Amino acid sequence: MSEEKSHRGVHILPLRIYLGVGAALLVLTAITVTISFIHLGPFNLVVALSIATVKAILVALFFMHLLYDNKFYLLIFTFALLILGIFIILTLFDTMRRGDIYLEVAKPIQEQSEIYSDSTRFSSPEPEH
Amino acid sequence: MSQLSVTENHLQHHFADLEQQRESAKLGMWIFLITEVLLFGGLFCFYAIYRAWNPDIFHNAHKALDVRLGTLNTIVLISSSVTMALAIRWIQMGNKKRSRLYLIFTFLLALTFLVVKYFEYSHKFHLGQLPGKFYTYSGIPGTNPHLFFSVYFTLTGLHGIHVTAGMLVIGWLILRTSKGDFSENYYTPVEMTGLYWHLVDLIWIYLFPLLYLVG
Amino acid sequence: MNAIPQTNYLTETRGLKSWLLTRDHKRIAILYLIGIAAAFLIGGIFALLIRLELFKPGGQFMSSDTYNQVFTLHGAVMIFLFIIPAAPAILGNFLLPLMIGARDVAFPRLNLASWYIYVTGALFAIYSMHSGGADTGWTFYTPYSTQTQTSVISLTLGAFILGFSSIFTGLNFIVTVHKLRAPGMTWFQMPLFVWAIYATAVIQVLATPVLGITLLLLILERVFAIGIFDPKMGGDPVLFQHFFWFYSHPAVYIMILPGMGIISELIPVFAHRKIFGYRFIAFSSLAIAFISFLVWGHHMFVSGTSELAAAIFSVLTFLVAIPSGIKIFNWLATLYKGSLTFEPPMLYALSFLLLFAIGGLTGLFLGTLAVDVHLHDTYFVVAHFHYVMVGGAVMAFLGGLHFWWPKMFGRMYNMFWATLAAIIVFIGFNLTFFPQFILGSKGMPRRYFTYPPQFTFLNELSSYGGFLLLTGFGIIFTYLIASLFHKKDRPGDNPWGALGLEWFTSSPPPTQNFAEIPKITHGPYDFDIMKPERTYTFTR
Repeated sequence: MSEEKSHRGVHILPLRIYLGVGAALLVLTAITVTISFIHLGPFNLVVALSIATVKAILVALFFMHLLYDNKFYLLIFTFALLILGIFIILTLFDTMRRGDIYLEVAKPIQEQSEIYSDSTRFSSPEPEH
Repeated sequence: MSQLSVTENHLQHHFADLEQQRESAKLGMWIFLITEVLLFGGLFCFYAIYRAWNPDIFHNAHKALDVRLGTLNTIVLISSSVTMALAIRWIQMGNKKRSRLYLIFTFLLALTFLVVKYFEYSHKFHLGQLPGKFYTYSGIPGTNPHLFFSVYFTLTGLHGIHVTAGMLVIGWLILRTSKGDFSENYYTPVEMTGLYWHLVDLIWIYLFPLLYLVG
Repeated sequence: MNAIPQTNYLTETRGLKSWLLTRDHKRIAILYLIGIAAAFLIGGIFALLIRLELFKPGGQFMSSDTYNQVFTLHGAVMIFLFIIPAAPAILGNFLLPLMIGARDVAFPRLNLASWYIYVTGALFAIYSMHSGGADTGWTFYTPYSTQTQTSVISLTLGAFILGFSSIFTGLNFIVTVHKLRAPGMTWFQMPLFVWAIYATAVIQVLATPVLGITLLLLILERVFAIGIFDPKMGGDPVLFQHFFWFYSHPAVYIMILPGMGIISELIPVFAHRKIFGYRFIAFSSLAIAFISFLVWGHHMFVSGTSELAAAIFSVLTFLVAIPSGIKIFNWLATLYKGSLTFEPPMLYALSFLLLFAIGGLTGLFLGTLAVDVHLHDTYFVVAHFHYVMVGGAVMAFLGGLHFWWPKMFGRMYNMFWATLAAIIVFIGFNLTFFPQFILGSKGMPRRYFTYPPQFTFLNELSSYGGFLLLTGFGIIFTYLIASLFHKKDRPGDNPWGALGLEWFTSSPPPTQNFAEIPKITHGPYDFDIMKPERTYTFTR
């Protein structure tokens, strides 16, 4: 079926786009589930999130019409994701880097001490990786 | 121009024309979706922080989730997005009967999602794989495995509430479509609900791999 | 002489139902005014109790536990029920459609719903005062907030509900500004108050949902002990602070941005000059909104966050001062060589300039990581935020209220009492809070019901100031209410000879705002082309 315009001039997407995107989403789901059983270490997360992002982009651009509508909606949606990203990243700057100062300052001292031979007493709260 | 009958004239007094009204509704709905993104975003942050701190627990505990049920739910939700989109497409072309049919499909798929979730949850209740102080399961190695389930239940719980709310709205749309409230000239509530529904799907698209797949 | 138009939005329909079911943004603004004034009264009573208790060292008439409740409720009521909603919901609601030449906001029914949600949240807060109060501080820090036996859940639920009111108002305003401007009005033909309200609305919709999830998680932690904030269960109490301040820092810009917008409107009118640097002021509002999301960690410098994060947040905090500074320079430039008159709105605007400058600069002291280590949780912080919130936002709000009062009600208040009250408020405010900068830098901690005897003199000064401030507010309240009953000597449509579009409809406006939606062909403050005449001479 070709593209149609309603008599209001609204852009109606052809059926094949909806069905095509739907099929793509199902295929991508199958792929992501299959890959999850292959052990890639930390890359499992990267791959899974990448595939999820592709799916999300398909839903947003086609089902939610962001590709066809006023680009302002796309802009604000992206902006919101940016703000969310800032929240997560700056918080991780805190949570993942606690204990830095202990590593720098306290650890050399405690390594030399006799009393605190149990070095976990003053080590950083998080296990070192 | 004004071929609309009295029952079809939905123009509110403070708008200049239906176009402005429709675009305002759309912008308003997108802003609302953004607030939902930030709401769930807080929980995704919760996930990110605790996963980064406890990768071992998250790896071990995620195996307690049933990937088959999760995949089924993903298929169900994606399909419901397709049927929702098609319901809108049908009403855009003036076919009220088909539109209503696809809204009903969407409703039923949403219901299926919730039923599957119910089975997943009751299995966890049965095993004691619950958040925080209610955690009594002993089969997961590592300290504080309940953290994973706190994340799991808050994320999927909030998502489930949104699915339920969406379902209720779709049910209301089915009633209104039956009464003939919508046509190719006016279907804004259907379109706006569609946007909301696709966001619910979008959130699940991220929840599924993060909770069920990645270890 | 100048009669109030026969029908206006106040008189066109009558009866309680016509108010409680109204969709008119102007009536909704008045409904908010009533609710928010009541909230200010409640929060103010708690403030007085604080200053009474701190008049002398040692327990005066309350235990330390009670004192904890008093400052918690003072903060929670003033922040969630008064200052966050006040300027947007009252002045924003009333003026936004008028300023852009629209008949209403985009979603009038949602607007009314926002008010009902506000009232519901307020009722939850009041209920919590009866059911055990809260003693956690308005910041609800874990782990204490998850363990204390006070009524934390109902208060946080109240705040959660109030958040929705804020979100829906912000949503409404954003769509209104995008979609409902009068024909011909481009973005750079909008008044600066609209820019400010728009930037505020952006913060409201982006930040408030995070507060929502934060409070929800706190409630879940209290009820179900999910372990997110409990170290015994692998959780992190500092994470609560990240979540909480990610909203609450942008929230302080929700409080101040509309106030800045008001000042941008007031100063040109009473300096009889066009505003200097319109585009700079407009863009700085947006810049503040964006940068405000980057700095929340400066509330957590001594909470145990990583040194790296603390350093990053300190640097980012310096950035946020820049757009505020730009505004101050532009306002000063507007005053320069202006022909100043000193009616009450101008007195509030000038107070704002001085007090906000002090408040803002002291914020920079606190944003400096090494200094904050000494000043955190002292009275220096208390003084800083009262300077920006009261000396800034409340002064601006009062200035706006006094400026647009004749527009809203078609009446003018007594000039003598208004002038006197503005001076009393200014002196009272400084007497209350300036000593607190000194107290804080000398080490007096906040949130304590007593203090060492060497701090007595400054605390006494501060308490006297509090009573002077109370007197000032009391006078304002009295003459404003009294003005509503004036039968004669109405001020007419444009008593100040101002140049904004809102002044070119009657005062009070008709329900439909404008007889005809104007077509805009000039700038936001060029309406002098229509040659407004000052319609009121001040004789009192």
